[in-house]
Amino acid sequence: MQVLFTLCGLAAVGFVLLITVYLVISGIPAIQKVGLFDFLFGQTWAASQDQYGILPLILTSVYGTAGAIVIGVPIGFFTAVFLAKVAPKKIANIIRPAVSLLAGIPSVVYGLVGMCVLVPALREWLNLPAGDSLLAAMIVLAVMILPSVISLSETALEAVPKEYEEASLALGATKLETYFRVLAPAAKSGIAAAVVLGIGRAIGEAMAIMMVAGNVANMPELTRSVRFLTTGISIELNYSQDGSLQRQALFSIGLVLFLFIMLINAFLNLVLKREKER
Amino acid sequence: MKRKVYEIIGRILLYGCAAITIGLLLFLIAYILFRGIGGISWQFLSTSESVINGTIGILPAIENTLFVILVSLIIALPLGVGAAIYLTEYAKNKRFVAVIEFASETLAGIPSIIYALVGVIIFCTALKLQKTLLAGSLTLVIMILPTIIRSTQESLKTVPQSYREGALGLGSGKWHMIRTVVLPSSIEGIVTGCILAVGRVVGESAVLMYTAGMSMAMQSFSIDSIAGASGATLTVALYHYAKENADFQVAFSIATILLILTVLINFAAAFLGKKLKRS
Repeated sequence: MQVLFTLCGLAAVGFVLLITVYLVISGIPAIQKVGLFDFLFGQTWAASQDQYGILPLILTSVYGTAGAIVIGVPIGFFTAVFLAKVAPKKIANIIRPAVSLLAGIPSVVYGLVGMCVLVPALREWLNLPAGDSLLAAMIVLAVMILPSVISLSETALEAVPKEYEEASLALGATKLETYFRVLAPAAKSGIAAAVVLGIGRAIGEAMAIMMVAGNVANMPELTRSVRFLTTGISIELNYSQDGSLQRQALFSIGLVLFLFIMLINAFLNLVLKREKER
Repeated sequence: MKRKVYEIIGRILLYGCAAITIGLLLFLIAYILFRGIGGISWQFLSTSESVINGTIGILPAIENTLFVILVSLIIALPLGVGAAIYLTEYAKNKRFVAVIEFASETLAGIPSIIYALVGVIIFCTALKLQKTLLAGSLTLVIMILPTIIRSTQESLKTVPQSYREGALGLGSGKWHMIRTVVLPSSIEGIVTGCILAVGRVVGESAVLMYTAGMSMAMQSFSIDSIAGASGATLTVALYHYAKENADFQVAFSIATILLILTVLINFAAAFLGKKLKRS
């Protein structure tokens, strides 16, 4: 039996290796054909003209993720403080499962609501020809990372020893000063982990933003239609010919995205490890 | 004075952000139900789309979703539970355990669009399964494996060491001890893992869109055609109706069903989780 269980355990390792090897093997050819520099820093992606530069996609992913963090993290953090410290226990116990419901809602549902509510609203408010834009994607992503930011920050805040809070209050600080100037700094590595996890989520999301971002490979601008690394793959995957340079280029985007994610995960592990050691 | 301003701004931020989160949640639920619930009828749930009658039904999507859940769980469950048993009961080399746990965390962190690519490369193309529900299910096995490993592992760890020692002391073999003592006492954690995995499968769209197809036609699911069955699950159907047909009524009705499923899955997982904590 032991051999069988060992094999089960090795399966996870095997899958990771399999994924890495296949992504590298399928991702390299297009980069070789296009040239690494032209692929990473080329400013036009147009399969019809055989132009495969993914700089717009990379920048869009970076900006979009940054935007989602800028919007989502403060809201999530303050909500976490509210849940952990301010809200009466009964109310917090109703809100918490509701927040985890937010985490469980499928991404296409977020995309759908974004398409029907957010996109038309942005078009009206900002007087745009079309509301599908980087801004819409940022907002949808911000909503989608909210649950993980809230739950990780709340856990971090609750792990701060009660004495810190009592000492601060006894020294005459108000409750709010205690939350923001004592608890938040003490919980900062947990909150950092929440931010990194949010980045990982946001950079990997495809379906929801495919429905609200317009998917044209422009250089990123808040009110323009844009294409992310993820949607760069998803939008053409069903239409590209097997074995064509276009499809190989999609695999190369996958490889770039994979490297991004691995970096973020490594960083997350580092932050979490430091948190554990403290 | 400065402290007073600080206090007021802090309070506004705190309550304001909490209000935004709660408001958003209520709005999402209310809006989806408001636009979707009217379109749900028995006919909607129990037939397939018919151009002749001009009616729309999502039975095929429901069947496809169930099929994908079933196949991926049948494979991932023994694999995941086995891995967890190895990690908690058999493994002696700490470094080896760390490698497996790291691999499992890595799998959990890979976004679904990468799984979609991998599914297309490995299962659809290299293994020649084409775009089928089977290829989709196999891709999802890799995706849900970490979920099952982690929750099984956690519940195995809660089984008291004295149970194991007691069983071994009575002369039981290791595997017999695991089968009759350890696994039964951690069944709730394993079930929770399955429920969470089902939640991931139900909510997944990117992987299935590219590996399992987008057809809304009825499948036969008979023995000889099962490997070739290809079609859309609920999430993919939602995307199809919203983005390609611009039929938002149907899309919101599917969203309503997905929302209800999510609520049920969350409740079940939370309920079992609580029970687990108490025991």
